[in-house]
Amino acid sequence: MDQSPFVRKEMLAPKAAPVSETGAVGWIRQNLFSGPLNILLTVISVAVIFWVVTHTAPWFLNGVWKASSLVECREILNGATGACWAVITERWHQLTFGFYPPELYWRPILAFVLMLVALAPVLYPSVPRGMFWFSLLYPLIGFWLLWGGTLWLPVVVLLGPLVGYVVYRMLRSYSSALGMILGAVAILAFWMWLAGPLSKDLQRIFPLAIREVPSRDFGGFMLSIIIGVTGIALSLPLGIVLALGRKSDMFLIRILSIGFIEFVRGVPLIALLFTASLLLNYFLPPGTNFDIILRVIIMVTLFAAAYMAEVVRGGLAALPRGQYEAADALGLDYWRAQRLVIMPQALKISIPGIVNTFIGLFKDTTLVVFIGLLDPIGLSNSIRANAAWNGIYWELFIFIGLCFFIICFGMSRYSLWLERKLKTDHR
Amino acid sequence: MTPGTDARSGDFRLSMLLYDTRYRSFTLQFIALVLVALAGWWLVANTVANLKALGKDFSFGFLTVRSGYDINQRLIEYTSDSSHGRAMLVGLLNTLLLAALSCVTATIVGVFAGVLRLSENWLISRLIGFYVEIFRNIPLVLWILLIFAVMTESMPPPNAFRGENATSSMLFFDSVAITNRGVYVPEPLFDRSLGNIDLGVFLVSIDLLAIIAVLSVCFWAWRRLKTQASAVQNATGVRPTTWWKSILIFVVPLVALKLALGFHLGMPELRGFNFAGGTYMRNSFFAMWVALTLYTGAFIAETVRGGILAISRGQSEAAFALGLRPGRTMSLVILPQALRVIIPPMISQYLNITKNTSLALAVGYMDLRATLGGITINQTGRELEGMLLLMLTYLVISLIISMVMNWYNARVRLKER
Repeated sequence: MDQSPFVRKEMLAPKAAPVSETGAVGWIRQNLFSGPLNILLTVISVAVIFWVVTHTAPWFLNGVWKASSLVECREILNGATGACWAVITERWHQLTFGFYPPELYWRPILAFVLMLVALAPVLYPSVPRGMFWFSLLYPLIGFWLLWGGTLWLPVVVLLGPLVGYVVYRMLRSYSSALGMILGAVAILAFWMWLAGPLSKDLQRIFPLAIREVPSRDFGGFMLSIIIGVTGIALSLPLGIVLALGRKSDMFLIRILSIGFIEFVRGVPLIALLFTASLLLNYFLPPGTNFDIILRVIIMVTLFAAAYMAEVVRGGLAALPRGQYEAADALGLDYWRAQRLVIMPQALKISIPGIVNTFIGLFKDTTLVVFIGLLDPIGLSNSIRANAAWNGIYWELFIFIGLCFFIICFGMSRYSLWLERKLKTDHR
Repeated sequence: MTPGTDARSGDFRLSMLLYDTRYRSFTLQFIALVLVALAGWWLVANTVANLKALGKDFSFGFLTVRSGYDINQRLIEYTSDSSHGRAMLVGLLNTLLLAALSCVTATIVGVFAGVLRLSENWLISRLIGFYVEIFRNIPLVLWILLIFAVMTESMPPPNAFRGENATSSMLFFDSVAITNRGVYVPEPLFDRSLGNIDLGVFLVSIDLLAIIAVLSVCFWAWRRLKTQASAVQNATGVRPTTWWKSILIFVVPLVALKLALGFHLGMPELRGFNFAGGTYMRNSFFAMWVALTLYTGAFIAETVRGGILAISRGQSEAAFALGLRPGRTMSLVILPQALRVIIPPMISQYLNITKNTSLALAVGYMDLRATLGGITINQTGRELEGMLLLMLTYLVISLIISMVMNWYNARVRLKER
């Protein structure tokens, strides 16, 4: 007979946690009611959400989708509260394309789709590298599709780099640096003085053109996207150059970069846009007049480039000195060191700032309304000027705001994804 | 660093200007200088030629000419007989007023939102996250127009406040009236006012100066008290109780000043068709203020959140290990370190507010751009001078703000050796 006291041979199954600590109840207790302050905050939040929902939901849900004027909307609603979404269904094409000829809508749509294709290899590294050639060609294709005119102009512009290369080949045996400089000069000279007349002559001999659309017909989100995307594409390289200039050993280059950056950052964008629309005629040779959209793009680009330069400078400053020294020790010259060692790391560090600048630039495209361009906000004013839609605010503002939100929020999500993807430290 | 230093200095060839790193930077800088000088000369020559072709000269004489237009919101004396220069000053003060008020409120909103977004309360952190994302991703112009539309379209007209069964009522014990014409708030009044000093350009209220002077003295005394308390603490290890002295230092002089000046609030009252008395804020001003506050507040919230998150957990754990309570941990350990991360981006947010006040154009608030850069330019046809002066003014304001904030930044920065 075994005298030893009772000893349990097998483990007891663990008891279930108390109901108040697990599941939905536990989650609510932990996250919403863990203390007096938390309870107060929860009550306030619930009250705010309740107030907002009860005040706006009927208006949203009760909306009228088919009507031809605000008066008709109100008749359909018959005194009840409700939105008049009909203005969006009736005028969405205007908010999107401005006064672009409706029979030519396929051109901006095609340009937009091609833009997404051209962006793919830039945004996603998994896309085949050969697509980069298309991305490089896209500005000319997009320009031709949107503004129309002769096909010979983009073709002749493409010839520019060829001319430059020929000049470079001819001079290379004498001095390669001189060849590069003169090649670049040749490209610029070709574009400035030869491209225009040459494309006109070619057009006379072989007519090959689609209908031309003047800049004043551009508007809506199409205009915002044109200005925004061009500004984004141009401001990053310019910003990098300015940031390098600001950190340069050469006194004069540094002073010029600092002066430019601080001037642009100290002045509101509106002032620069007014300069573009009012003053540019003073600064250019008498009789010159160039496209208002181009002027705006230049100003927006310069503005964003100054901010970009500061963001990139932050990235450069965050890089440990050892990286510069290591690049020097490997015998890399300045540009190789920048391209292979410094910039890939500095740009990775500054991704959030760069994307924030992009988002700011895209939002700033709405300021063109003040110099008379018809961006979505300008179009909302002109829709309201129509007797049928006089007095309609919320629906238009909400629609425009929603579109901007989707684009900008998408950009910030992409930057988070990119940051995670490029993360190399193991923390 | 400099390959090719073994080249003898004697045989200098022209190509060394490009290939020898000793000379290359000089060459590049020289080329840059020539290019910039040429561009500058080209611009100036074009401008001179264009001005000549238009029959205009370049002078700022228009600033002393009678302006001939009215400004509906002004801080200093101004009539349509005043000069364009004075109109510019009125606009400048309006810009500065809007910028200063927005900076203060945006900071308050931003700090609260930033801290609340880190709250453990799931609901409030999501709610604040929604606020931050929606304001950061929609253009400011749209917010300004939206809030302006709310003010003019959805607020009750003044006559809704009238009568026995009024449909609207004033807020905060009948002191604030929000109408579709604007917002009426109480105004400070002084029974025994000290009058004004005429600075030649504008009047400055002595009452205001007296309040500022008394407050500065209070602050100075309070700081002295703190320093002394710290000295005692360092010597004996026990910190003397100072809270009641601090309260006294602030309360007693201010109450004395209030009695001496006979300060009281003038409430807005419904008289006739509109409110009278109190300070009247136009819709344009109010919409700008609210929009700038909420918009920049969202950005500041992210800055504050980032600053607090940047302090490693070890810091707060170390503070708890030392026995500091959560409140003191925040004020003595986390915040001083977080401030160093927060302040530099805060500088650019304040600069952004100042520059964004120029969007007042959207709602017709009479800021610097609307007076000098708008009506004055249109009336005198001096685009060139007006725009240059406008940009220069904004540049000077920006430089002053960043100078002040950089000085503050240098003071709180970690002193590294």
